[in-house]
Amino acid sequence: MIKRKECVAMLLAGGQGSRLYLLTERLAKPAVPFGGKYRIIDFPISNCINSGIDTVGVLTQYQPLALNEYIGNGQPWDLDRVYGGVMMLPPYQGLKRADWYKGTANAIYQNMQFIEKYDPEYVLILSGDHIYRMDYAKMIKEHKRNKADCTIAVIDVPLAEASRFGIMSAREDMSIYDFEEKPKNPKSTMASMGVYVFSKEKLFSYLIADEQDENSDKDFGKNVIPAMLKAGERMFAYRFEGYWKDVGTVSSLWEANMDLLGDNPQLDLNDGSWKIYSRSNAYPPHYVGESAVIKNSQVTEGCEIYGTVINSVIGGGVTVARGATVKDSVLFDNITVSEGASVYYSMVDSGTVVGKNSTVGKDKDEGGKLTLVGSGLNIADGISVPDGELISQKTLADIGGEAGAK
Amino acid sequence: MSVLGIIFSNIHDENVADLTRLRTMASVPYGCRYRLIDFALSNMVNSGISRVGVITHYNYQSLMDHIGSGKDWDLARRSGGIQILPPYITAFASSRPEVYNTRLEALMGIVSYIQGAREEYVILTDCDVICNMDFSAIIQRHIDTGADCTIATKKSYLVTKSGTSNNVELFYNENGDVTDIAEHNSVEPAYCNVNLNIYVMNRKYLEEIVLDSVAHGYKSFTKDVLARRIGRDKIKAYECDGYFATVDSMAEYFACSMDLLNPGTRRELFGVADRPIFTKVRNSAPTQYSATAVTKNCLIADGCVIEGTVENCILFRGVKIGRGTTVKNSILMQDTVVGDNVYLNCVITDKSAVVRDGRVLSGHESKPYFIEKNLTV
Repeated sequence: MIKRKECVAMLLAGGQGSRLYLLTERLAKPAVPFGGKYRIIDFPISNCINSGIDTVGVLTQYQPLALNEYIGNGQPWDLDRVYGGVMMLPPYQGLKRADWYKGTANAIYQNMQFIEKYDPEYVLILSGDHIYRMDYAKMIKEHKRNKADCTIAVIDVPLAEASRFGIMSAREDMSIYDFEEKPKNPKSTMASMGVYVFSKEKLFSYLIADEQDENSDKDFGKNVIPAMLKAGERMFAYRFEGYWKDVGTVSSLWEANMDLLGDNPQLDLNDGSWKIYSRSNAYPPHYVGESAVIKNSQVTEGCEIYGTVINSVIGGGVTVARGATVKDSVLFDNITVSEGASVYYSMVDSGTVVGKNSTVGKDKDEGGKLTLVGSGLNIADGISVPDGELISQKTLADIGGEAGAK
Repeated sequence: MSVLGIIFSNIHDENVADLTRLRTMASVPYGCRYRLIDFALSNMVNSGISRVGVITHYNYQSLMDHIGSGKDWDLARRSGGIQILPPYITAFASSRPEVYNTRLEALMGIVSYIQGAREEYVILTDCDVICNMDFSAIIQRHIDTGADCTIATKKSYLVTKSGTSNNVELFYNENGDVTDIAEHNSVEPAYCNVNLNIYVMNRKYLEEIVLDSVAHGYKSFTKDVLARRIGRDKIKAYECDGYFATVDSMAEYFACSMDLLNPGTRRELFGVADRPIFTKVRNSAPTQYSATAVTKNCLIADGCVIEGTVENCILFRGVKIGRGTTVKNSILMQDTVVGDNVYLNCVITDKSAVVRDGRVLSGHESKPYFIEKNLTV
């Protein structure tokens, strides 16, 4: 007995996220840690379950291992369902052909069968690189009210930044009359959030048409949306108010982490009305030692803090030893900052050890630039890692010679 | 080896009446994010046990809420998994419409569960055993020695407190054969072998002693069953080391909570490779420290917001500490809200307690000041 689902969500999680450099060497962008105990993908998935959407396809392609393991059967998000739930959708070999996903639209095209199985009225398209808390149910309601074929979530951005986004122009009733991808001279400040609701039939017909167009990049923003607009389909913008951030770059990922701090944080995850769920590691509570100083920071389970932590976001299982300092930094999980070591204005990937009396980066107040340190590194004792760099095993060897890559 | 786990959830409730008024001993909060039963359950799961029965008596709503389907311990299983065993009174047979009082009577109530299991061995534990113990080692010893019953024991200091009788001393020879078992009766602190209330038996043997007890109308597991069988059956002691605590008074609860501030205790409980302690996941955000926060020697769960000064404290999930406030030597349970300019010393707050701005409250280690659940001071 098959029940229909009103809406199926398709989460595009296949991108490499090359602008995150070292962080996505071994895992896909949606699996990158965020905010101490989360991964980026926790946000769209938690939004789905909180919005009452219990069928989520996750389209993976680039380095899916970490993501597959993390999502598992979807239990942490209550998506382990008898019917529906969360499913990983990698590219596959078909009867006639086998293809990688060639673009966002092609990825959905190749999984039309998956969507069809649930026979939904609407399809929600999401991307795996944004940090936000959003009730998709409200957006779908608006889609229905407008009898729309496609509804695109938009957020107001400063005019100066508008040329980084896909910009919508809409009439008073929010119906869209123009869409430009990264325009030089933006006509409006309504930026697409990469969240689309489509009526299924329309979506399928445009995906099939787009697939047959050899000149198409098979991309929603570049091809499908403009084609629908040109054909005069009913397209509406849905204005979202609240926190939203594209974390596609190292600096924006650092900024989004910093938005969690302060007395009135821009992104307050403590608000129990819209919880963000994540897979738990069974870490014990965190311990704060006699000598510790923690100011304007966020610390999570499994940490042992004996040193100084200022304006930083500390991930699970991190040790900050006595006399160590972490300032303006984002530490992912299981990092050790040894005695007397300092980490300034840096983002440090999982499992790295900063040796005794070593310094990573330069104080932001003294004009330092953001430093990115890769995962699983052993930074030797007493060395100085320069700011503004991407620190990998190789750069460490260059800096410290034998000692650097111990 | 196939082993059935059985946990007594209402044991020793009267020791900490304040904490168990609205819950079982098993669901008494401990260590920032745990309930006491998490230790027994995790020890079982980490030792490969996948069928666990939890015997309840009364007040078990909070326990059922905590355990849920058992998925946080990987015990939501198609076959086996966790099962709550509430007491029941048969509709016709019972001439005495009352639920059980002792450990033995509790076992009599679940005799059909024991008979219905397929596992060869049974491990029985209390819920207030705060330890990270490799149960598979004691089970293996039980199998190797061919014992009928193996009892876990640990050398520790005992003081008999008035009214409590859960400290049972075990006497055994160099071969580990138990020679005597008795309630500890010295008023002076004494270093002796304490019965940890963790027993391994062959399931058939347990079945036999329970049915035999029904036939004879026995009441006490220690006095009527074990004491009579010493010398007759093969009863062995198994010496444990590592951190072990039980909760036999409010002062003891306070002390064993504060033990967690000691790195050695944390290592022995939480730092054992491959033996994590699992608990119900609440998905709180990480803890926020404001620019005015001062924190020294504290163990803190996720979801807290700290704006004041906290020293030597155990903070559970979702605790809020206001500005200008100082909290020392205290245990603040889940969602406790402490306002601005408050001073607290040796205080235990139960869940969702509220301490209004400007309050000054102090207890003593031997008699911590207790604020009940949902109470506003």
